[in-house]
Amino acid sequence: MPQDPNARLGFKTRLVTLIVIFSQALGNWSLAWGMKHDSPHMALAPLAVLRTIFSPWVGLGIILLILWLLSRMALLSWADLSYVLPVTSVGYVLSAVLGKYSFAEEISPARWAGIALIVAGMVLVGRTERNTTATPLVVETRT
Amino acid sequence: MRPLAWLLLLTMVGATVTGDLLQSMEMKRQGEVCFRNGRLASALSSMARNAWLALAIVFMAISFFAFLKLLTVADLSFAVPASAASFVLETILARLVLKERINLRRWAGAALVAGGVALLAL
Repeated sequence: MPQDPNARLGFKTRLVTLIVIFSQALGNWSLAWGMKHDSPHMALAPLAVLRTIFSPWVGLGIILLILWLLSRMALLSWADLSYVLPVTSVGYVLSAVLGKYSFAEEISPARWAGIALIVAGMVLVGRTERNTTATPLVVETRT
Repeated sequence: MRPLAWLLLLTMVGATVTGDLLQSMEMKRQGEVCFRNGRLASALSSMARNAWLALAIVFMAISFFAFLKLLTVADLSFAVPASAASFVLETILARLVLKERINLRRWAGAALVAGGVALLAL
């Protein structure tokens, strides 16, 4: 664990970003899988909604998306919204790739180009300052 | 694409943007969440007592149920990328409402990601 405050926050940012990305992609996948297999014609009636929510895949999807929500809120507690959005957007790429292998959805050349753009954008934004609204750190001095 | 799908998409984007702005604002006021020394529990409990965060969760829930329903009428590979339309709107509002300083590199990165997400929908 790095001791320098800036390096420590950098490490923490990368770790929580990874949690946000994977919980979102796996959560979405699990939901889509559940909606297609457990409940293909979901009605918006209360009982039907409850039955859907407690089916295993949809339930797992919801748990993962709660983890996504909390880890993302934690990330937002120290990083800009305009930083968090692009760097966590690789979740969309993972969703597309998981969609290809599980739902036989095609990844066209245009989609591969999209994936490349997202990764490039993520790298660019990842190299900007994490927080532009915080008051500068006050360095404690002892005399 | 059926009109219902677009209506669900619109609901989802509006709710997502509002929820995210509220969350970012309130989490900044809350301060950095710390994962060590049992401070996570106290952070979670003060988050749970924050009415604005509760409202943000309501918007997230609206967005989530719109997404859940959208998945039954459209492919995941349409629903997920299209939902990222909220992305561009949110970056602009982060500048205007949250007063974040967005430099050229971040604008460029955000534009690349938005373009990439749009391509995913093809």
